[in-house]
Amino acid sequence: MTINETQDELIEDFALFDDWESKYEYIIDMGKQLPPLPEEYKTEENIIKGCQSRVWLHAETDGEHVKFEADSDAIIVKGLVSMLVKVLSGHTAEQIAQADLYFMEKIGLHQHLAQTRSNGLASMVKQMKTYGLAYQSLNS
Amino acid sequence: MIPDTYTIPQLDINQIRSDFPILDQIVNGKPLVYFDNAATNQKPRQVIDALTGYYEHTNANIHRGIHHLAEKATAEFEASRRRIQNFINARLPEEVIFTYGTTDSINLVAQTYGRTFLKEGDEIIISTLEHHSNIVPWQMLCEEKGCVLRIIPINDAGELLMDEYENMLSEKTKFVSVVHVSNALGTINPVAEIVRKAHAVGAKVLIDGAQATSHINIDVQALDCDFYAFSLHKLYGPTGMGVLYGKEAILNAMPPYRGGGEMIKEVTFEKTTYNELPYKFEAGTPNIADVVAAKTAINYVENLGKEAIADYEHHLLAYATEALSGIEGLKIVGTAKEKVSVISFLMDGIHHQDIGVLLDQQGIAIRTGHHCTQPLMQRFGIPGTSRASFAVYNTTEEIDRLVTGLLKVKKMLG
Repeated sequence: MTINETQDELIEDFALFDDWESKYEYIIDMGKQLPPLPEEYKTEENIIKGCQSRVWLHAETDGEHVKFEADSDAIIVKGLVSMLVKVLSGHTAEQIAQADLYFMEKIGLHQHLAQTRSNGLASMVKQMKTYGLAYQSLNS
Repeated sequence: MIPDTYTIPQLDINQIRSDFPILDQIVNGKPLVYFDNAATNQKPRQVIDALTGYYEHTNANIHRGIHHLAEKATAEFEASRRRIQNFINARLPEEVIFTYGTTDSINLVAQTYGRTFLKEGDEIIISTLEHHSNIVPWQMLCEEKGCVLRIIPINDAGELLMDEYENMLSEKTKFVSVVHVSNALGTINPVAEIVRKAHAVGAKVLIDGAQATSHINIDVQALDCDFYAFSLHKLYGPTGMGVLYGKEAILNAMPPYRGGGEMIKEVTFEKTTYNELPYKFEAGTPNIADVVAAKTAINYVENLGKEAIADYEHHLLAYATEALSGIEGLKIVGTAKEKVSVISFLMDGIHHQDIGVLLDQQGIAIRTGHHCTQPLMQRFGIPGTSRASFAVYNTTEEIDRLVTGLLKVKKMLG
């Protein structure tokens, strides 16, 4: 599935919910299902500090594709993080660097991206793209 | 058991609520419950009208103009100074310096009094309860001058250990800067006693009053503090303006802070002489409109009556403390005997940010995080709390909504 196909699928999933509770219950569920990041990756280097919650992001590449793993100490942020991982992980560095992430806004969760200081999500997106750019330049 | 009504003089809360246009709105499909008052409280129509009225009828630059509007604006600006002088019972209007807020006021003192009168080895005492804005300016000063920062510890209720404070005081103590009311926990500190003991060893004292002014009476002469700092936006007034009160003799001995217009007597390229108090510390065009509207905010508060406000808020605090304590797994952080209407709490196994997000979905605004008091959070061994803080326009019905909201959060995350 391409990045945009995954995004569209998420948008469709969320279109089923007509109240905030089921929407957030779904996010919380996704957060719970995201496998915890192995402790060895919960390093100071991998941490993206928000004002309130912490996000850890670990990236690996096989030379072509970039694989992301992530975690957070707050469950809603973890759910949002799992969506970002789902959308971007496994694609090429170039695809990640150039991705246009529109699903958060379409789902009506863009306020979480705007709260840069409180949850570090926006920094996480930036960091994922930076990995894309960095691996891209390594490959070329 | 919490009585259904509070006692002295009964405030008409519905009338008060109707003064605050912002409260009448729907957030995420629910009527807004605003419990983030310790961050900033909302502004009554009277203050909003004073602000727009200033721009519609009065706006001009102050002090130098000879035309009608300049005189009118200057008169309004200086009337605010006298209003604030009266509000905090300062001896003189020129002891009221207008700043951009509490943080700016504290920095002013650290950068002028501190840099001039403190030297290597001198000790500055603050407390565990301080907001970052009453920590960092002193750390910067200590780094520059080689002073030593000492910290008054607290007990588990969030009260200062006054014995420890007393033991800390010595002839080396040159400055004490302590918060009047803790923003994170609501603790009211015994500031008069703190001042008295500091003065006994010859130290000067600044009180950070950011969280105090909307809840309790401030009398700087009775407190005998050397400096008192506060912001108007936590007092139902405009953002971006604050006050530094200082004793005249000390302010006179301090060098100016920022250089520029307004603060000078005469400028030549060889030498500049400085203006008198309070203008010496008010370089540049000040925040005229907000200063002018500040007196309306103070009038509003005093018309309601500080005692009546405190009494009502105490009622809200008692009601909320009992109601929140009834939620299983909820723990209140900060249980000082003397408290303003602030409740910080933790919920078992639930991150505070998740609480904030899910309450917001229900139209309830609280604050979550470390409240700019990271060392205090470290003292309790927690990353942060959820904090509900109440103002005079809040109601027990709104507290009921908070309880229902929290039960829903628990259900969703349990």
